[in-house]
Amino acid sequence: MPKIIKGREVIEDQWVLVAEPSEELQTIEDDIHIIVPLSYWTDNKTAILARTGKAGIQVSGADELDSFSEDLDDIDVIAIDFPKFGDGRGYSMARLLRERHGYTSEIRATGDVLRDQLSFMERCGFDAYALRADRNMEDAIKSFSALTIAYQSDVVEPRPIYARRP
Amino acid sequence: MYAYKEYDQQLLDERVEQYRDQTQRFFKGELSEEEFLILRLQNGLYVQRHAPLLRVAVPYGMLNSNQVRKMAHIARTYDKGYAHISTRQNVQFNWPEMANVPDILAELASVQMHAVQTSGNCIRNTTTDQYAGVTANEVTDPRPYCEIIRQWSTFHPEFAYLPRKFKIAVTAATDEDRAAIRFNDVGLRLVKNDKDEIGFEVFVGGGLGRTPLAGSLIQEFLEPKHLLSYLEAVLRVYNLYGRRDNKYKARIKILVKALTPEVFRDKVAVEWERIKDGALDLPDAEIEAMQSCFPDPDYEILENNPASLVEAKSNSSAFSIWLRQNTAAHKKAGYQIVTLSLKPTSVAPGDVTDDQLDAIADLADRYSFGEVRNTHAQNIVLADVKQTELLALWEELKSLNFANANINTITDIICCPGGDFCALANAKSLPVAEQIQREFDDLDFVYDIGDISLNISGCMNACSHHHIGNIGVLGVDKKGLEFYQISLGGDAGFGASVGKIIGPSFKEAEVASVISKIINIYIENRIEGETFLMTYQRIGMSPFKEKVYAKNN
Repeated sequence: MPKIIKGREVIEDQWVLVAEPSEELQTIEDDIHIIVPLSYWTDNKTAILARTGKAGIQVSGADELDSFSEDLDDIDVIAIDFPKFGDGRGYSMARLLRERHGYTSEIRATGDVLRDQLSFMERCGFDAYALRADRNMEDAIKSFSALTIAYQSDVVEPRPIYARRP
Repeated sequence: MYAYKEYDQQLLDERVEQYRDQTQRFFKGELSEEEFLILRLQNGLYVQRHAPLLRVAVPYGMLNSNQVRKMAHIARTYDKGYAHISTRQNVQFNWPEMANVPDILAELASVQMHAVQTSGNCIRNTTTDQYAGVTANEVTDPRPYCEIIRQWSTFHPEFAYLPRKFKIAVTAATDEDRAAIRFNDVGLRLVKNDKDEIGFEVFVGGGLGRTPLAGSLIQEFLEPKHLLSYLEAVLRVYNLYGRRDNKYKARIKILVKALTPEVFRDKVAVEWERIKDGALDLPDAEIEAMQSCFPDPDYEILENNPASLVEAKSNSSAFSIWLRQNTAAHKKAGYQIVTLSLKPTSVAPGDVTDDQLDAIADLADRYSFGEVRNTHAQNIVLADVKQTELLALWEELKSLNFANANINTITDIICCPGGDFCALANAKSLPVAEQIQREFDDLDFVYDIGDISLNISGCMNACSHHHIGNIGVLGVDKKGLEFYQISLGGDAGFGASVGKIIGPSFKEAEVASVISKIINIYIENRIEGETFLMTYQRIGMSPFKEKVYAKNN
């Protein structure tokens, strides 16, 4: 089973990312937790929810949050994909999911995810990270503690620095 | 000026170690070129024509003398003995070794300086009026707000991977916009309403480069307590909707233009409505606390125009001219704002040597409470000089080659490093600047021309803001040859206009003589009291065009 970083630890991934559900889904056991592309979810919600395994969706920064925000109660993982690590839209999306929509289940970063980005991702509301297979996850965890001070209000620390000062 | 608190220093020290680790991983091959590129860019390190270029942040242009000495030390130890003042009030080093950069950053951190977010697609160093806090012509000191913005934008987790770079400038001036706020992604102008309350005019979508545009007003009076929530709303809309498919269309100005400023403003308003009056609210107490970080220095009670100054003026016309050209009125009686010209002929505009930097630090300590400011016109300001000491300072500046009385004249050229140094440039800019300075070597004529701005950029990236120079010169490449396109009528100030191109471009050797013709047309046509810009605005392009392109002339 592949590993991911979750809660600043390396754990075995409980989820299977199904990139082409229309072809692959029939070969996957009913109780496996699956992550499907947003477009597939939109068209097949009832069938996916009828499975015994849990359901997650994969979105990218180009997707409008409003196109799935009404389904959040049914979704146990939102995987925000980074086709390129320089695409910063996913950071705003994660923050809005947490702060505006009160989403409390897993938000994971997938795609071109680099260790030097994990800390900012965490502060925007991500709590799981699927690094590229060639990356050392144990090393990557060190990056969370590189910077221990933050000026801003964010998901981890809602108070900006001036509200925290003694 | 703002002195770091413990947490500012801790964050910076941690950042230096983080960057050291990133550099080591790059050298060990654990980071690819492309991955390291984004990391080093967010730390101000470009790879240039000859060597990396390290851009050091100078928040809103302010430096204390210890920091200036550190610049001198870095120039001497890690570079080739000089530094460059950029058009965003920063300091650039042209020759550091990539492997030495972590050590340089550690040196910088020891004097509360850094290179954080001086490049890359993130929020850059906030700039302001170089006369902030010392001019009588401002509604309030903008620097506390600049520092609030600096902290909010430093390592902002959501906005580290924007579609493109993002620049914010602030002014509180009432006489002139010395920060070119209309040509920043966000321009903030502090104003007073009719109830005598302070607020911000917010302009968005200004910028230069390939698509020069003046920013549009989207908020006429933003209360200071909403500053950060409003900025956060602007940035979020930009981060989500700015184009990412084409880097030349990725700046916020393109989004604002495509949506129209009204629609963009409405999108921001919707977002802002959701976050205002929340965690980002700036309480009055916080604004006051930040204002107390910028106290007035210990000014003495003095009078304007002391007898010694009056006498010195009557004894020396050279001193008198310098006083007129290179100094400005101060809010406190008996004090004067002095600009050191970094534009003597044949020196690259904005370049200073290590020894000069040390000398500037000493001058700051002896004449100006130990502080200096970099200007976006690439000069250095001593902001608090006693009028009784102006003569002594002038004598010292002369021996240091900083007393050229050419501020705001045609030889006070704003110029990028150009093709001699920069990997992006299409053409050289420094030799053209020198050519023009040599053409206008008669000082009486230079003063007769009066206030004018002349900006030279070596490529469309417009680092020298050629679009908003009264005269702009742009280097272009035509089949491997360097040509120069000239534009007229740009205005960086409150008028905020983009210059118009006069016509086909010129060969390098022709530039100074063409500018000479342009100036002569102004002299022939001006009426009493008109600057070059005013004459151009009155008579238009045609007279200039006819003369410049006339045959046999």
